[in-house]
Amino acid sequence: MAFEILEPGLSTTVQDRGRPGYYNVGIPQGGAMDQLSAEMANALAGNTPAQAVLECTYLGPKLRTDSAAVVAVTGAPVEVKVNGEPREEWTRLELAAGDELSFGVIRGGTRFYIAVGGGIDVPQVLGSRSTYGLGAMGGFEGRPLRAGDVVPIGSPPEGAPTGGPNTIEPELRPSFDREVEVRVMVGLYDHRLTDAGLRTLLDSTWTLTPVADRTGLRYAGPAIEWKQRQQPFGAGSDPSNIVDAGYAVGSIQIPGGKEPIVLHRDAVSGGGYAMVATVISADMDLLARSAPGTKTRFRAVTMDEALAARKEGAFVRERIWGGRVDAGSG
Amino acid sequence: MSSTTEALNGARYTWGGDEFLFVEIAEAMSLGANFKANAMAKLLGAEALDGVTDICPANASLLIRFNPDVLPPPDLEAAVRRTEAEVARATHPTLQTRVVEVPVWYDDPYTNETAARFRSGHQRPEGNDLEFAAAENHLASVQEFIERHHSSPWLVSMVGFVAGLPFMFQIVPQEQQLEVPKYLSPRTDTPALTVGHGGCFACIYSVRGAGGYQMFGIAAAPIFDPGQSLPDFKDFMVFFRPGDIVKFKPVTEDEYRQIQQQVEAGTYVYRQAPITFDLQRALEDPAGYNKEIMEQLNGV
Repeated sequence: MAFEILEPGLSTTVQDRGRPGYYNVGIPQGGAMDQLSAEMANALAGNTPAQAVLECTYLGPKLRTDSAAVVAVTGAPVEVKVNGEPREEWTRLELAAGDELSFGVIRGGTRFYIAVGGGIDVPQVLGSRSTYGLGAMGGFEGRPLRAGDVVPIGSPPEGAPTGGPNTIEPELRPSFDREVEVRVMVGLYDHRLTDAGLRTLLDSTWTLTPVADRTGLRYAGPAIEWKQRQQPFGAGSDPSNIVDAGYAVGSIQIPGGKEPIVLHRDAVSGGGYAMVATVISADMDLLARSAPGTKTRFRAVTMDEALAARKEGAFVRERIWGGRVDAGSG
Repeated sequence: MSSTTEALNGARYTWGGDEFLFVEIAEAMSLGANFKANAMAKLLGAEALDGVTDICPANASLLIRFNPDVLPPPDLEAAVRRTEAEVARATHPTLQTRVVEVPVWYDDPYTNETAARFRSGHQRPEGNDLEFAAAENHLASVQEFIERHHSSPWLVSMVGFVAGLPFMFQIVPQEQQLEVPKYLSPRTDTPALTVGHGGCFACIYSVRGAGGYQMFGIAAAPIFDPGQSLPDFKDFMVFFRPGDIVKFKPVTEDEYRQIQQQVEAGTYVYRQAPITFDLQRALEDPAGYNKEIMEQLNGV
């Protein structure tokens, strides 16, 4: 079974839950940016949450299946077409051999996902099928799809869950708003900002710039003040510099006090800019759904609140999978 | 070497969201701080705690990723603090590691072509990055800078940024450290295997991409091999580990081409030797100790 790629879209890559365990040598966790949407697509296609999907950015691909297939499209709102006829997003779709799947223009958000029963079956690299573009590894030949690629589809694994949902209930579907509040935990090098600088970060409305990809998202807004000081040996000369250190995924750095950058799943693993807060794990998907221009506020929460938000995410997953698989892992 | 020998106070613990614990060993770079970060990482790794997914030692800090559903944050912090105390108790810290010879074609046309492409906006728009680096370090010539760059070995203090990129800190007294500012504005392109320098750190770019370090030459053999075609990459696609000792070896264009042919043929192996790195001796007598390191390598 395979998909033949007729048109590749802007940047369509194979992703799964990611590749933990190699960040210490600079290989990022990777994986679908909007994990919940990807997971919902897998549930609809009768897969486990671990199976690989296609992540489509802004402009989707056009593809043809060579066999009958169960597919589902989730994520950013987009017109789904089978042989040119409109179909529902967030719903299980049955394709016949030779059917063509294509897409209109997205109406919000940034990324949508295509899951297929059996999963995208590229070889695993370091335990994951996710594409790491910068390292040219994983996914389909380590790169976004091109026209003419033939992407293999797996057989549903032994013991795959059956009786999955036919549709994701509207109240469970994530929203793709133009205004979002993102919860952060202040920490790491926040003591290097002036009090006014930290207030500016937490009290301002930030606008997501077009400089947003799998590595990170850059925001426009007011300048943020760093404390002036004699820099330690080995740190750069700017007050926003530190001796190069590991970067937490989700951490916020503000090089030169301008345009905060939030690192995402293909983060560079380290560098010389001080981080001052970190987006909590429960809100990383929310960032991934933001389109350029999204008005964003960063709200400080405690570790306890972050852990409570994590549990809420687990409840949603429980409702999708209904105990058919261990939804909590990964 | 005052700042490297001064006693390190207790590390600073802080959370990077609900999945990361960050431990700052020291604000300033020093061999001692790096040694402590790596020693803590090793001990913690050996504990194999359930719920710890990544242990990333860096130049003077340590980043740990964990799953708080499995390992509550206070339990992780307690475990890491125990590791810190254990490392502090070691009276004679040593590191079982290896010394590796890395052939570099300094001042080569590829690097100079890249530097020329990004010259406007450089601190020194005339000339190349080596000329800038020599002047910044008050050295008489590019040759003298290159000599200083390869005559003393470097400690791989951190691996990362992108896959397999080593940051290196030269094992010399602080007043002899080569220091060069980064590019004022990062380049959008750097060829893979470019040997770079920013602040007091050397690096080798493992993949092609953006970069802000000054560029001095090109390493002759891969350091990241996702296809795992060369013998040195049989077990893992990334060559360098934190704690590796690197000795750069200047090569001519002819030698560079010969190494390239061996890489093409899949036969190239790095010259390397196992070594027990002794922090105290490296701090007390860097010149004498470096000679010993070289003897280990030359004994191969």
